[in-house]
Amino acid sequence: MSNKLIDLRNITKSFDGTLVIDDMNLYIRENEFLTLLGPSGCGKTTTLRMIGGFEKPDSGQIIFEGTDITDLAPNKRQVNTVFQKYALFPHMSIAENIAFGLKIKGKSKAYIDDKIKYALKLVNLDGYEKRKPDSLSGGQQQRIAIARAIVNEPKVLLLDEPLGALDLKLRQDMQYELIRLKNELGITFVYVTHDQEEALTMSDTIVVMNQGYIQQIGTPEMIYNEPENAFVADFIGDSNIIDSIMIKDELVEILGARFACVDTGFGNMKPVDVVIRPEDVNLTSPDEGTIQGEVTHLIFKGVHYEMEVTANGFEWLVHSTRMFPVGTKVGISVDPFNIQIMHKPASEDEEAVAIDE
Amino acid sequence: MKKRLKQIYIFLIFIFLYAPIATLMVLSFNSSKTRAKWGGFTTRWYSSLLHNAAILKALSNTLTIAFLSALVATVIGLVACISFQYMKKRNRTIMIGITNIPMLNAEIVTGISLMLLYLTLHLRFGFFTVLLSHITFNIPYVIMSIMPRMKQLNPSVYEAALDLGASPSKAFFRVVFPDLMPGILAGFLMSFTMSVDDFIITHFTKGPGFDTLSTKIYTEVKKGIKPEMYALSTIIFGTVLILLFLINRNPHEKKTAAAVKTT
Amino acid sequence: MNKRLLQAPYIFWSAAFIIIPLCMVFYYGLTDKTGAITLQNIMTITDPEHAKAFFLSVELSVISTIICFVLAYPLAMVLTNLHVNQHSFVVLVFILPMWMNFLLRTMAWQTLLEKSGVINGILRFLHLPALEIINTPAAIILGMVYNFLPFMVLPIYTVLTKIDENVINAARDLGANSFQTFLKVKLPLSIPGIISGITMVFVPALTTFVISALLGGSKILLIGNVIEQEFTQTGNWHFGSGLSIVLMIFIIANMVISELTDQEGEGFGI
Repeated sequence: MSNKLIDLRNITKSFDGTLVIDDMNLYIRENEFLTLLGPSGCGKTTTLRMIGGFEKPDSGQIIFEGTDITDLAPNKRQVNTVFQKYALFPHMSIAENIAFGLKIKGKSKAYIDDKIKYALKLVNLDGYEKRKPDSLSGGQQQRIAIARAIVNEPKVLLLDEPLGALDLKLRQDMQYELIRLKNELGITFVYVTHDQEEALTMSDTIVVMNQGYIQQIGTPEMIYNEPENAFVADFIGDSNIIDSIMIKDELVEILGARFACVDTGFGNMKPVDVVIRPEDVNLTSPDEGTIQGEVTHLIFKGVHYEMEVTANGFEWLVHSTRMFPVGTKVGISVDPFNIQIMHKPASEDEEAVAIDE
Repeated sequence: MKKRLKQIYIFLIFIFLYAPIATLMVLSFNSSKTRAKWGGFTTRWYSSLLHNAAILKALSNTLTIAFLSALVATVIGLVACISFQYMKKRNRTIMIGITNIPMLNAEIVTGISLMLLYLTLHLRFGFFTVLLSHITFNIPYVIMSIMPRMKQLNPSVYEAALDLGASPSKAFFRVVFPDLMPGILAGFLMSFTMSVDDFIITHFTKGPGFDTLSTKIYTEVKKGIKPEMYALSTIIFGTVLILLFLINRNPHEKKTAAAVKTT
Repeated sequence: MNKRLLQAPYIFWSAAFIIIPLCMVFYYGLTDKTGAITLQNIMTITDPEHAKAFFLSVELSVISTIICFVLAYPLAMVLTNLHVNQHSFVVLVFILPMWMNFLLRTMAWQTLLEKSGVINGILRFLHLPALEIINTPAAIILGMVYNFLPFMVLPIYTVLTKIDENVINAARDLGANSFQTFLKVKLPLSIPGIISGITMVFVPALTTFVISALLGGSKILLIGNVIEQEFTQTGNWHFGSGLSIVLMIFIIANMVISELTDQEGEGFGI
């Protein structure tokens, strides 16, 4: 799992003078499920299309198993793509769709028939050979698009927001399906999405992108628990992001009150951003809390209650299984390891930080 | 290299399409009366055009017929499109099939069939028969322009208007009509263009003594076309070109087009 | 508003001005002067003069349709690749010439093709043999291609622009080179456009009498000219109608074929 399969080196790309990717470095390891995550326009789809060969970088190199493939045509690459909205061939039957790549390669009919059977079984659509794409539901077309790609035994499967057009329930089912597929096939998946939940559920590695820069690379746990900057914290899940001052190592002043934390090396009396996840905010009786406040909103969310607590001029977002009615005076405490300290960006420009590995 | 080739190809086709037009424009400034010889530059034909009663009459006939036929065809076509919504699917398919007949059939057959109709009804051939014929071949273009928009229309919008207290007619004119407007306009303009350009159907349904520009040109072909005709054509073409240029430059137009796309 | 009232105007109009007139063509075509039913009018097509005109019409219209297709398909592909952000601009380029009267435009080719005309001037300058096609079937083909080329370009262009770019990308992704992608994906997906283009060129070319009158001199007769003369000069509506029926049989056959192909390709027009 440690081999670099694809290596993107100093990739820069712009469209009509607008910089979409700025000097990006990223490697993808063999057999990993890597997700490019970010809001629309962050450059994630462009990155995927460059790996697929549909866009050429303005500068930089794409290395595949040690060979430079930057200028290689898409049909010569050992990767296959599952396109947004599937892009099935509307004039061909399901079997012909799946057979397309194999026929081009000149495989024998018996081999192709075998492969079609196998692929349809893999995506749970046995018996659909003769159907036309437009007679299938969105979810089924999605599966066919995956089947069409994987019969070619690519080293890497590129997936461009493949679940974007499906409804919520189907999307969740397909997430498990994709994980199962990946495990069965044992190949590398590069997955593009703007849905943080999808990314957290499926990935080995998440690459958070914004405005053409990589913001953070890490496992889902790292990305969620230790966001490196306010953008990542804000984009992944709900969070309280608060202007604070790092008094010294392991002590931070949040909204005028001092909290113990576990971070070190930020210096003394330095302004920082603090991230506290709503489920990490403990509500107590007023005298037990580090700071005191009052519940101003309360919504029942099923698994938990969502509350807003105004304390020291900040509206804290709190998730708790215990219910505190609106108007209750409460105390707020946070466990030291649940306080995530982040550097403040030095200037507006640096808000989007380029991070080299 | 490949790109160059493509550009050259487009350029050649462009020449092919516009060379005759350029030729006619040049001829309109030719002081020699025959089109075979260049006799020097003149604007004489443009001034004598103003005194050529026959050409001016044909022009006014052409424009009147085009405007009236486009107008009537647009109204009938719009009502037809609305009524299609209330029809059973089978009846609608039949009606749309019938609508397609004049578009798919040969113009000469359409012209002849209308001529036979007017002869049987003992109608007097002239302005009125030409107008009826033009309305007939324009309606399909209107329906073709409005139907796609009609299909895209969200029925809830009409129902929402009713729900908010509008009467059916008010709901239609306030809510549905504005949505259909681009299609209606396109249908009208298409009809107008088709009507101005038509020769074959007019030829069979006009009768002696009545002429549009097309039929006038056809009769002149044998005697030699009057240079004033070139001048008039150049003026018409130039006017349309300038109008289109202005419309395409108007940013407001683009905005409405974009707004329409998102609905 | 009464729904029936809405339906009435167009049903009436199409009955009066589409259906009944067509019935009259059939009536005149299938009867003689006394009103007795006969196939004689239709059989006049076998008359050597008429048959010659008919076969010439078929020949010229088939040739022009093929030329139009060969010119139009690459053109439509190039236009699609231009990514002109204003879709309407492309359409405009082809519609705009219609604002110059088509008789005059066709006539203008005479000026261009004349012995001392512009084209031969250029050819002479290039030391190429002079082009003497005026008043020949070749000139008629030129006129047909000139007049009907837009009808071939526009439907193909429209269909090509509607093809999802990712479908093309998918073919490339699955290993097809550009030629294979064209042959296996682009071309089959553009068939509906090709069919409607062929119909829109073939029918008017087959039935024209104007282009042959303007560019063919007075000696070349197409079936359209024969029918036109029956109505405006000879005044024999029965013969004219009979020949029109022959034309319509051809057109209907053409329509049925295209309709069938379209049925097969249901779901093409995404």
